[in-house]
Amino acid sequence: MTMTPAPTKPWAASTKDRTIDGAIFGGALLSSYLLVFLTPLKGKLAYFVCFFIAYAIFTTSIKGLQRGNAAAKDALVNSLVAVGAIVTVIPAASILATVLKKGLPGISFGLFTHDMALATPTDPLSNGGLLHAITGTLTLMVLALIMSVPIGILTALYLTEIKGRFTGPIRFLVQAMSGVPSIVAGLFILSAILYPITKAYSGFMGALALTILMIPTIARTSEEVLNLIPNDLREAGTALGGTQWRTVAMIVLPAARSGLVTAVILGVARIAGETAPILLLTGGGDKVNPNAFNGPMGSLPYYIWKSFNAGSPEAITRAWAGLLVLVGLVLFLFTSARFLGSRKVSK
Amino acid sequence: MSTQELVIPVPREIVTEPRRSDKVFRGVVTGGGLSSLGILGLIAIFLGYRGFEVLRQEGIGFITHSDWSISTDDSGNVLDSHFGLAAMLVGTILCSLIAVVIAVPISVFSALFLNFYAPGWLKKILITIIDMMAAFPSILFGIWGFLVLMPSVEYWAKLLHRYLGFIPIFDMQVPVYTRSPFVAGVVLSIMIIPIITSVSREIFSQAPLDRIQAAYALGATRWAMIKAVVIPHGRSGVIGGAMLGLGRAMGETVAVFTVLNIVFQVNWQMLLGAGGNVASLIILKFGDASPYEIKALMAAGLILFLLTLIVNAIANLIVKTTGKSGR
Repeated sequence: MTMTPAPTKPWAASTKDRTIDGAIFGGALLSSYLLVFLTPLKGKLAYFVCFFIAYAIFTTSIKGLQRGNAAAKDALVNSLVAVGAIVTVIPAASILATVLKKGLPGISFGLFTHDMALATPTDPLSNGGLLHAITGTLTLMVLALIMSVPIGILTALYLTEIKGRFTGPIRFLVQAMSGVPSIVAGLFILSAILYPITKAYSGFMGALALTILMIPTIARTSEEVLNLIPNDLREAGTALGGTQWRTVAMIVLPAARSGLVTAVILGVARIAGETAPILLLTGGGDKVNPNAFNGPMGSLPYYIWKSFNAGSPEAITRAWAGLLVLVGLVLFLFTSARFLGSRKVSK
Repeated sequence: MSTQELVIPVPREIVTEPRRSDKVFRGVVTGGGLSSLGILGLIAIFLGYRGFEVLRQEGIGFITHSDWSISTDDSGNVLDSHFGLAAMLVGTILCSLIAVVIAVPISVFSALFLNFYAPGWLKKILITIIDMMAAFPSILFGIWGFLVLMPSVEYWAKLLHRYLGFIPIFDMQVPVYTRSPFVAGVVLSIMIIPIITSVSREIFSQAPLDRIQAAYALGATRWAMIKAVVIPHGRSGVIGGAMLGLGRAMGETVAVFTVLNIVFQVNWQMLLGAGGNVASLIILKFGDASPYEIKALMAAGLILFLLTLIVNAIANLIVKTTGKSGR
């Protein structure tokens, strides 16, 4: 009879190791509780800081006693990076929780069927709504889409298909453009178009500024997507006698379709909540205004801003409700971009 | 009789000349590609053109003085005006430096956690959360910062002042903690942590695998491996990411405006409730500005544009060269 040795995992944590880890965790929890209880330190932050310090000290000293200096440093860094990750995530959780908690009381059916033409932000919540803001934001988004998608995708095509003399500079400039502050884009449209030409606030002016902010996002994401298209496809297109134009239009772009949609959605998510250029350019009307070229146009960021600055409890609730709708919109766009982005190259 | 005629085949002419459709295609695409150059150029030209009058009148004083006043007579003619951005520039730099100093260690640690510590499922969740945070609108950070975060940050500022007041940067004479550059810096740091984290994570993930495995094979602990391989490889990339965050923080408007008290006085005391910010100045003064003051705001916008452009350009150069150099 042959003996097969039972497989062992010498690297796996033994029961003893697990007990020690658990003891360290429990000890840190206990000592943070005692510290907050016995000393004048108070508050959630005190618990967090005491727990972290106690945990770091315990784990560092015990690992150090067990396995020496190098292990002690490793254990210390272990707890540091965990804290880094926790601190990064806490604000996101807090923001989402706050928006839900404060926004939900302000959400009602009337909110989506009325505008603010006959109401002021300080009125009771049953008066008025944000219909004008939702339609305005959607109008702005569609207009900005129409202008920025061709430019963004053409830029990406230049960087991936033509690869001409200007490839380096253009890639650099697109990067630089993504750093343009939104207020500067607003001032630019103000100085170049609104003051000399139209001389009136309108939704279209806002959409122009948003276009500037949207192009770099679309261009950079589309470039990444187009780079993923295998060169074999382009060569096959050329080998079948296609011109470059036909190859790009009939093979490369269709293959990259869902990735390009992702790029566009990310661009829209980028601009959905832009506030500064909207404040400068759209004039923020309180009535539903279907004409983007004439008359002030409301939008979600403007509505939130106006309500927040009005300051009364009703107005603040309105602002949170508006924020909840805006965050819902952004998260919807973000999730759909994720969903499509998980399959960047369609079959 | 028939003689075989010798036919010398004429080589077919090979043209590299593209067809007309391709020429049009290339022209259109190149035009679209060059539009980014056009837009950036136009921004500089128009803001410069509008602000020129003010820039010429104020000269270098536009960035060294810190008073902002304009007086007009009844018919709207400008009698006297002083425009100086010094306090705003100092405030912008102070707030964004505070933000970067807070954000960089946290981002580097969480990037290390994501790459080398987190199990796969946790990594996926965390990356989604961080990307989601980067997509949050800035007005959300502003209002959340004002209503939720500011009370705690003021409390931290009091602690800093009480226990570390002997360090000059935490010192102040008048105990006013509300809406200080420190509060704005904390809010900005939360906004730029996702950016710096994702840049650092990408740079760290390009650390050469053979060296990582060699370090482990030699018996290194995880931290020893990171110190010997990952940090030397990623150092300049992290600096580039930090500068990208700095550029973003400098141009941030609405979030800063909601949490910062704007005062036209140069103030380097970060805990004192008096700060400045170029972008917020534009929002603050725009509402009731006369045509001449608008020109001054355009000039301020130009300065902000150039400042962020330079910071971003340096950051991108650093990130790009690190990404290429490999090891």
